[in-house]
Amino acid sequence: MSNSERPNQLFRNLNAKIASIPMVLTALVVFVGGTAWTVLYSFTNSKLLPRLNFVGLDQYHRLWATPRWLISIENLLIYGVISLVFSLVIGFVLAALLDQKIRFEDTFRTIFLYPFALSFIVTGLVWQWLLNPDFGIQRVVRDLGWTSFSFDPLYNSSIVIYGISIAALWQGTGLIMCLMLAGLRGIDEDIWKAARVDGIPMWKTYLFIVIPMMRPVFITTLVIIAAGIVKVYDLVVAQTSGGPGIASEVPAKYVYDYMFFAQNLGQGFAASTMMLLSVMIVIVPWAYLEFGGRRRG
Amino acid sequence: MVDVAASPSDAGVLPRDDAGPAGAKPRHALSRRNIFLYGTLIVVALYYLLPLYVMIVTSLKGMPEIRLGNIFSPPVEITFEPWVKAWATACTGLNCDGLSRGFWNSVRITVPSVLLSIAIASMNGYALANWRFKGADTFFIILIVGAFIPYQVMIYPIVIILREIGIYGTLTGLVIVHSIFGMPILTLLFRNYFTSMPEELFRAARVDGAGFWGIYLRIMLPMSLPIFVVAIILQVTGIWNDFLFGVVYTRPDTYPMTVQLNNIVNSVQGVKEYNVNMAATILTGLVPLIVYFISGKLFVRGIAAGAVKG
Repeated sequence: MSNSERPNQLFRNLNAKIASIPMVLTALVVFVGGTAWTVLYSFTNSKLLPRLNFVGLDQYHRLWATPRWLISIENLLIYGVISLVFSLVIGFVLAALLDQKIRFEDTFRTIFLYPFALSFIVTGLVWQWLLNPDFGIQRVVRDLGWTSFSFDPLYNSSIVIYGISIAALWQGTGLIMCLMLAGLRGIDEDIWKAARVDGIPMWKTYLFIVIPMMRPVFITTLVIIAAGIVKVYDLVVAQTSGGPGIASEVPAKYVYDYMFFAQNLGQGFAASTMMLLSVMIVIVPWAYLEFGGRRRG
Repeated sequence: MVDVAASPSDAGVLPRDDAGPAGAKPRHALSRRNIFLYGTLIVVALYYLLPLYVMIVTSLKGMPEIRLGNIFSPPVEITFEPWVKAWATACTGLNCDGLSRGFWNSVRITVPSVLLSIAIASMNGYALANWRFKGADTFFIILIVGAFIPYQVMIYPIVIILREIGIYGTLTGLVIVHSIFGMPILTLLFRNYFTSMPEELFRAARVDGAGFWGIYLRIMLPMSLPIFVVAIILQVTGIWNDFLFGVVYTRPDTYPMTVQLNNIVNSVQGVKEYNVNMAATILTGLVPLIVYFISGKLFVRGIAAGAVKG
């Protein structure tokens, strides 16, 4: 912008370069260097300490033969689909409801969003308590007279991941609602007027006009949710610690446990590289669309 | 549970209800539309508030009352003992000085982390917006893409770096880690804000002979207080709520509050004291909640600024 007409030399603009040293170091050393380092060492048989003793794809073969990793991946997929679908649907519906020029909009929005201010640890512990079969919702319903009622997702290995998803949705939907609301507010009022004049029902206007117009918002939201899904860790640690057994393990926890408890760094690196790969599948096309198209000179 | 399942379907019905004759129809306060609309919103709001209510109610009961009663009933006999115990005497491992230790650790982590990360990111943003040098945009794109790399990929190399410098396990190390991982989002925030400021301002200051630091300190900083507040809100809640970095980069006696809370509640020894656990949970959530309720719309702006591209 301002300095585009000036020639570039090493000492031109020196102060800006000095001020950017932390950014350059972070970008190159931590983000690029750290990632490359981890990927490189995922091909070694490092145990307690990282060693450059290459064993090819051994760690990956072992990884995909480990039941705990397979369960982690399955859980992540279920959790991911639930998070994506429900937080998008609920978030959008709540935003659409708040967009009806209602009274107390701020109050409602404040209530829907406050869980987002809480940490996953707090969220996980609260829901652990609510879903406690001896004291929580199950007990309350049984005390009302329905004695065979069963609702103990955190103690039932076949549905435990759904119990975790409930807590995650409670915590995160408010954010999606806010993003959607911002998107809805960006829609021109005239669109609504035109649709009304044409007699198009409201739900059709939303479905066929407003939602397609909000495509950028949806894409951004999708990327945010997707990045959050892969990172899920604290919530599981707080709510179930991966239990019962290994039924609610997730990849992020697998990585942490292998790096810092099992002293099997190579496995941890291989698992984290797989996580990176899954994120890249989502991020690279998005980044290409975002930055590739309109690079400024 | 019923509520969350019901809300989307309810709402799906709702707009259709309004689809009759088009145009500005006079609306009565108790029209079917309004009953649906506010009914749904109130039910959902209750669902969202329920966990907070249960937390507070549980923390004010004694253990006998918890064993007998139901989690939704208000306390018969209010007791603050669980709160005192959670704060001052709850045990994690060998330490029996309660959450207060974690609280002060978190304060000592959060304050410098917030200051350092914002100082760095605002300078980055300023350099990127007004003093762009060759290659600056490349670093910026790496930074933004890097924000999506799972932390697990970079955790171990950072452990090695910190160990080499000799600050692994110290609060200083954790502060640096927070500054690193806060950088992408904050830099984006500041870059967008500074870019949107009038170019003439910058040019005039240049003509008057002000340099990089002069313009930053005397013009940009005073003019961008709102965005600094947004950044502070974003960072205070984010760093206070962090668990992963705390557990990786600190030692048991310097654990932040979230880690200590998890250790107290999920410890396997001893009788579970649910009231103490809930009091501890509220105490840990209190700081971000206070920030949230005080900051109001700025909080929304912060997360929206972080999320939606500028």
